[in-house]
Parts: sequence; C-alpha cells; structure tokens
Amino acid sequence: MTSALNSESETDAESDDRTRSQSCGSRGDSDVDTGADGQPQPHTIRLELPDQPGQLLAALEPISDNGGNLLSIFHERGNVTPRGRIPVEVDVEATPDRFDAIVSALRDGGVNVVQAGAEHYAEEVVVLLVGHLVDTDLSDTLRRIEQCPAASIADFSLNAPEGRTDTSSARLRIATRAGATAEALEMVSDIAEEKELHVVEPLTGGAA
Amino acid sequence: MSDGKRLAVVGAGAVGGSVVDLAAEYGHTVVAFADSSSAAVAGDDSGIDAAAALDRKADEGTVGDADPDDALHADYDVLVEATPTTLGDAEPGFSHLQTALERDRHVVLANKGPVAERYGDVRDLERNSAGQVRFEATVGGAIPIVSTVEDLSPSHVTAARGILNGTANFILSRMAAEGIDYEHVLAEAQDLGVAEADPTFDVEGTDAALKCVILANVLSEGEREFTLSDADVEGITNVPGSALELAAEDGRTIRLVGEATRDGIRVGPRLVPQNAALAVTGTRNIVQLETTHAGQLNLSGRGAGGPETASAVLGDVGRLE
Ligand SMILES: NC(=O)c1ccc[n+]([C@@H]2O[C@H](COP(=O)([O-])OP(=O)(O)OC[C@H]3O[C@@H](n4cnc5c(N)ncnc54)[C@H](OP(=O)(O)O)[C@@H]3O)[C@@H](O)[C@H]2O)c1
Repeated sequence: MTSALNSESETDAESDDRTRSQSCGSRGDSDVDTGADGQPQPHTIRLELPDQPGQLLAALEPISDNGGNLLSIFHERGNVTPRGRIPVEVDVEATPDRFDAIVSALRDGGVNVVQAGAEHYAEEVVVLLVGHLVDTDLSDTLRRIEQCPAASIADFSLNAPEGRTDTSSARLRIATRAGATAEALEMVSDIAEEKELHVVEPLTGGAA
Repeated sequence: MSDGKRLAVVGAGAVGGSVVDLAAEYGHTVVAFADSSSAAVAGDDSGIDAAAALDRKADEGTVGDADPDDALHADYDVLVEATPTTLGDAEPGFSHLQTALERDRHVVLANKGPVAERYGDVRDLERNSAGQVRFEATVGGAIPIVSTVEDLSPSHVTAARGILNGTANFILSRMAAEGIDYEHVLAEAQDLGVAEADPTFDVEGTDAALKCVILANVLSEGEREFTLSDADVEGITNVPGSALELAAEDGRTIRLVGEATRDGIRVGPRLVPQNAALAVTGTRNIVQLETTHAGQLNLSGRGAGGPETASAVLGDVGRLE
C-alpha cells in the first residue's frame, strides 16, 4: 500500500517510521505556537495523501517555497485512513506568518491538510466506556485515543462505584476534526473491542 | 369503513384474545378461534360466541371443542396470526400463513417471525396468492409505522430508528430516574408484569432487532432480504448505573436504540440527550423516520399490550381490499 510513499522517503524518515508505525498519529499538539511572536517556531502539520507516486514530494514543495524549515517527516506505514489515504505528519520550523502561508499554499495545491499547528477541532462527540477500565490499562486506552490524528480528548470522567477493580464507567468528550466523528468513533470501538470494553455511542447526525 | 370481514384468529393469548374481543366493534366477525390445543369454529357466517370462547379460555384453558387445524381450514376472509414469535423457520406461524395464502385468503400478522426471518418466502407465497399479507402489529404495537412508511413510499424513507422495546426502555428509564441497579429494576418490572419471567428476548435486544429487521425488509422493498442474523445487536445487560449517572451529569441518558436502513440493522444502548424525542420513558415506544421530502417524522405511543396490538391488527384488516 505504501510503496509509492516509500520510494520517495528519506532514510531518516524510514527509521522513524519503523519506531512509530504502531501508533495512530502521535507527537503532542501542545508544543506549537508557544514561541514569541514573529520568531520561528516548530509546527506540526498533518496531511492525508493519496497512495500515489509523487504525492509526498508535491506536498513538501510549498514548505521550502515559503521559507519553512523542514524538521522531520513521519508517515505511518500500514495506517490508512477510511478514505484510503495515508496520514503523514510533517514538523516544520517557521514564523507564524510563514507557517500560515505554508498551510494556505498546501491547501491551494490540493493537499488535504487535516491539522495544522493549533487548528481547532471542529466537532465534539461524547461516548461512554463500560467494563474493567482500570484493569485494562485506562491510561493506555486514553493515550491511544489521544494519539489518533482525528481525535483529542477534551474531557474525561470516571465513575467506579464498586472500586477500581470492578466494572466501572467512563465518559469521554472527544474533540474531532471536521467530518471525522465517524472515524473517531470507529477507533474508540476498535480499542474497546480489543480490551473487551463496551462502548455506548451517541446517536449522531441529527438523530435523536 | 371497509366491509366487515370474516376472521380466523389463531393464537388465544393477549393479542389473539383482544382481537376476538374487539372484532365486532370494528365491524368484523370471528368465524374461527384457536389456541395450541383447541378451536371454536362457527357453523355459519354469524360467527362464534366470542364472549363464551374467551370465558372458556380463562376458565378451562381451551377455546372450544374443535381441533386447531379446523380453524385454519374454516371459511374465513382473513387469518389473524397471533401465535408466539419464533426464530429460524418461524413455525408454527409460517405454516399458518402458508395455509391461508394457498387458499387465497388474506393474512394479518401479529407474529414477527415470518416477516423477520422469512420475508422472501412470505412475499413469494403472497405473489402466488389472491390474498395479501399485512403486519402493522409486528412493529411498535399500536403505533402505525409500517402503514406510514407505505404512505410515504419506502423509497422516500432513508432510515427508521427508535425505541422498540418497552421492557428495556422501562428498565433503563427506571435505573436512570431512581439510581437503582439493573437487577432491582428487572425484579420490579417482573412484579409489575412489564417484564416476563424470562426477559432474555427483551433485554438482549432480540425483540427490538426483529422489529428493525422487519422495517429494513420494508425499506429495501425486496432488493435485499434481512433476517436477525444480519443485525448487529447488543442488549442492555451491560449498562451499569454508573454509566447512566455519567450520562445524566452531561444532560444525556442511555436508551436501547434500534436503527434500520436499506443497508442494515443495528440495535444497542446509545447516548441521547435527556430532552430528545427518542428519550421516551417507561414502556413507551417511538419511531423516527427520516424522509427525503418530509423531514423527520416522530411517531410514538404504546408499543405493546393486548388491546393496543389488536387495534393495529384490526387496522390492517380494515386496509385489506
Ligand atoms: N403482546 C404484545 O403486546 C405483542 C405486541 C406485538 C406483537 N406481538 C406478537 O403477537 C403474538 C402473540 O402475542 P401474545 O402476547 O398474545 O402471546 P401469548 O400470550 O403467548 O399467546 C400465544 C398464543 O398462541 C397460541 N399458540 C401457540 N402455538 C399454537 C399453535 N400451534 N396453534 C394455535 N395457537 C397456538 C397459544 O396457545 P395456548 O394458549 O394454548 O398456549 C397462545 O394462546 C406473538 O408472536 C408476539 O410476538 C405481541
């Protein structure tokens, strides 16, 4: 699946790819836009590229064209979005102005930018998880949800009336990017299935 | 008002009994009535003595001196099928339906089995018969859902979703309101007669799923046949009080929601806003239809009960040509 991308990738990207291939996205989003105004800062851009030759190269051009300094590229081998695209994460150093110009240029060039810098998540979804939440490594569950580029946990609440070793419930408010609610819910239910937890999903899309 | 019809009512439980009780009020005549071991069959078109047959059922457990098979072969216009819903081959309901259609008689089902598990077979038999099959009572009790979908035309309905099991809804709404556990509420529901001694069918989501399967069959108009095995089903037995509490803190609650589209069926506990139309309480049912030209339609009311279900059965009888 990822051969087209691999043929273009740098060797350091290859090795990073190996170490990070298990995760559904990664890299904290919190360290962006924290520098003083006008100073170059690191930014993370997440892209989704068609699995076709030349796409990665085309996507990177606007970065140097607009004065950005490419720090690293990660693409997640074997991690394909539901629309069959390959998620790529690019770390760029640029001033805020130049960073904005880079994102605009990427979008103008037809590149699907799913998240850039501190861009806000557009949608919110609330789910409940029920089961042996603590015994199945709650922090791992949360980390894996948080690592997905489509989702970020905005709020979390645990209700464990029988103590932490018995069945408990958790409410998660998950912020997702525009149009990615279904993808985020699917990811949560995959993790839950693996850990034999039950998910109470919301009714979405105008229902209820 | 349509012409009075001659009815054979098979099944003498809550539903069959109520149909027999109410038929005259709707202008129809019961000419045959059967339970699992006996039958009352009228000698002429004036029908059986409904009150006497119902009294006998209550006192002695039988409805008459005839054989149940005699009722199936009596001289009726419409067979009302109200025997227990069964999975798989949907018997004995399916054979009852077959017998009537092969005799070119109409069939009105309260029994979900034939249209949930053998929809294609039912439609094949209907195609070769002068009789029609109607089944309003199988989905949502008294609520006119199937006929509303028909009125809108199935091709203009993109989805149907709703609360289709009163027992499960009673349990979830009591758990949420009283902060009591599943086991306690179930026991209370059994005492009240809201839940059966064996509540498996209701609390595991099977009953709601069968109704959604029927709706999916109606929506897909024969393009694709659905059975229970196509449904993605989860019940309410894994919903603890702690989950309902968390939902309530956030202005939400949990309901056993069934969804049916041309693409499939899903039944499971879902989060809904407390003030949502779907968050009905107690044994109430609701169905929400998504339409292409008429927006969303919400139909709610009593989803079960003898007279309620009989009213849907008799409504179907009235729709027959
Ligand atoms: N109750 C509701 O609110 C409701 C709502 C919608 C749909 N339905 C459906 O309607 C049907 C009837 O429900 P119900 O509540 O009336 O059930 P019920 O009280 O259990 O009654 C079932 C009746 O069917 C009879 N029966 C069983 N096998 C038979 C056979 N081979 N031939 C003739 N009669 C037979 C039984 O006879 P005996 O009396 O001799 O045992 C009994 O009288 C079920 O399929 C149910 O799913 C019920």
